[in-house]
Amino acid sequence: MNLDRATARRLLFEMVRIRRFEEKSAELYGAGKIRGFLHLYIGEEAVATGAMPALGPEDAVFATYREHGHALTRGVSAGAVMAEMYGKREGCSRGRGGSMHLFDAAARFYGGNAIVAGGLPMAAGYALAQKMQRRPEITACFFGEGAVAEGEFHESLNLAELWKVPLLLLCENNLYAMGTRFERSEARPELCAKAQSYNVPAESVDGMDVVAVMEATRHAAHAVRAGGGPYFLEFRTYRFRAHSMFDPELYRSKAEVEQWKKHCPITGFIGRAAASGLLTQADTEEVEQAVAREVEAAVDFAERGTWEPVEDLERDVYTRR
Amino acid sequence: MKTTYREAVRGALRDALSRDPRVFLMGEDVGRYGGTYAVSKGLLEEFVEERIRDTPLSESAFVGAGIGAALAGMRPIVEVMTVNFSLLALDQILNNAATIRHMSGGQFSVPLVIRMATGGGRQLAAQHSHSLEGWYAHIPGLRIVTPATLEDARGMLWTALEDPDPVILFEHALLYNLEGDLAEGARAVDIDKAAVRRAGSDVTLITYGGSLGKTLEAAEELARGGVSAEVVDLRTLRPLDDATILASVVKTRRAVIIDEGWRSGSLAAEVSARIMERAFYELDAPVARVCSAEVPMPYSKHLEDAALPQAASIVATAKGLMHGRV
Repeated sequence: MNLDRATARRLLFEMVRIRRFEEKSAELYGAGKIRGFLHLYIGEEAVATGAMPALGPEDAVFATYREHGHALTRGVSAGAVMAEMYGKREGCSRGRGGSMHLFDAAARFYGGNAIVAGGLPMAAGYALAQKMQRRPEITACFFGEGAVAEGEFHESLNLAELWKVPLLLLCENNLYAMGTRFERSEARPELCAKAQSYNVPAESVDGMDVVAVMEATRHAAHAVRAGGGPYFLEFRTYRFRAHSMFDPELYRSKAEVEQWKKHCPITGFIGRAAASGLLTQADTEEVEQAVAREVEAAVDFAERGTWEPVEDLERDVYTRR
Repeated sequence: MKTTYREAVRGALRDALSRDPRVFLMGEDVGRYGGTYAVSKGLLEEFVEERIRDTPLSESAFVGAGIGAALAGMRPIVEVMTVNFSLLALDQILNNAATIRHMSGGQFSVPLVIRMATGGGRQLAAQHSHSLEGWYAHIPGLRIVTPATLEDARGMLWTALEDPDPVILFEHALLYNLEGDLAEGARAVDIDKAAVRRAGSDVTLITYGGSLGKTLEAAEELARGGVSAEVVDLRTLRPLDDATILASVVKTRRAVIIDEGWRSGSLAAEVSARIMERAFYELDAPVARVCSAEVPMPYSKHLEDAALPQAASIVATAKGLMHGRV
């Protein structure tokens, strides 16, 4: 592994942080503290964790409704995300968005979009503005493989390549659009070929390997930043949990899930990093402890949060009142 | 200065592009073709191609791109060829443009302007002729404006660009050839208030956009028959200027709403409900409506004429109110 110890530790920390944060979220959902839809990223942590280091603080990020991991790795505080899911005023969207609509202006984090592929046109436009303003920044847009069946995916790739905008297209292929396996919805299941058909360079990457994700994203981001137009990456990954808290998982076998869990991005990374002498048992334990403290503090922050007064219900529909 | 509605809109575009480097125009055929209705003709020669941007036929992508560019600090003007095509971008307009500010707890505004042609009367049949601005006026988070005069065609765009939230301008396609006088120095106008276009005392005719001309014509005809009609041009369909509507209705005690949208669930229904809620006891007659017939717009001229509000139907309805027949 071509990593230093500090990077290895940070990658581990970020992945464990998402994992434990979401395990806690599921528990709190069961306790009725979090309601609505809750889509867990567990199993896919290597993607957000590996991709985010390629972005600078001025770059823009658009994400999906399964975006806790993206928000956390982008720098939205765990407390603000948890408070949002509690529906509290201290949440990163003042309790207006919930799990699917995390936003943070300071982190240039533009949501949290619960319309599949709905973020792609906006991300293309954001990147267009960056280009027109002669700025050095780029835009990253995460979306699932389900988005590839939507017209907005095709329209956006065509537009982005036609106008050569600095857009990083990060496709998380977890094989299932809710319960529909992607071979059952794609006449041609090679996702990279679809991007290439618009002349967008594309690569498929092992999304369970955080180092592979990091290297591929850094390379792609560099090409985008250099003015080459959009770049498409497919991350082959898997969600270990149900689609949402309402999903009885009738569409896949337990054996399949167990098979994928053997490729857990966290235990896999620990094993490889330990073998390379980059992580020790003590490192792992320290990371777990630091994460546990942060998650506990996030829950505490959310618990102590306040409710938006109902009189403010119509606030922020328009900028001017 | 003699001019046309089309030239007034073009003047507004030219002015906006000259005054603010963040402004750019994009849409289908706005550049080389010169605009479907020739509104942007010549602008490509005056400004760089980057700012007069022809798009592929991808309503959802280029409207969404307008939202993204607005989020990133630009002031895009997105032209959608006609309101029926805007349905392909409805996801972006409703789920993103209208929603992001509230959904993000007030962190992001979308200063986007969308212009589109609306309305019937040109025998373009059922996929190019509808009036769906009333649908858009249903959506919180949007401002909906309908310039019906040369002054508004010239002046509403700049005010819309200064609005921090998304504004949709509906330009009735039959208005582009409207000719008249426009003051040399005509500039920005408000996009908040309805306007009384003709004063009267017996009945209030409330309308907007492409129906204003027919309504003024009807008011003339009514005057010849001894009925004094006041004509209110709504100008902004969301938010509605209740005060101007109610002040007129309270004065005349009768109201007819003329709306090219379909009657059921129409903007006319909303205006009617507001009058009932706030001025019921001031009325001498039930509120009446002249709307489009509830059919997809037919091609044949005589059928299309029959489907649309006309001066004659407005006159007949207003006279009916005066004589207690509704």
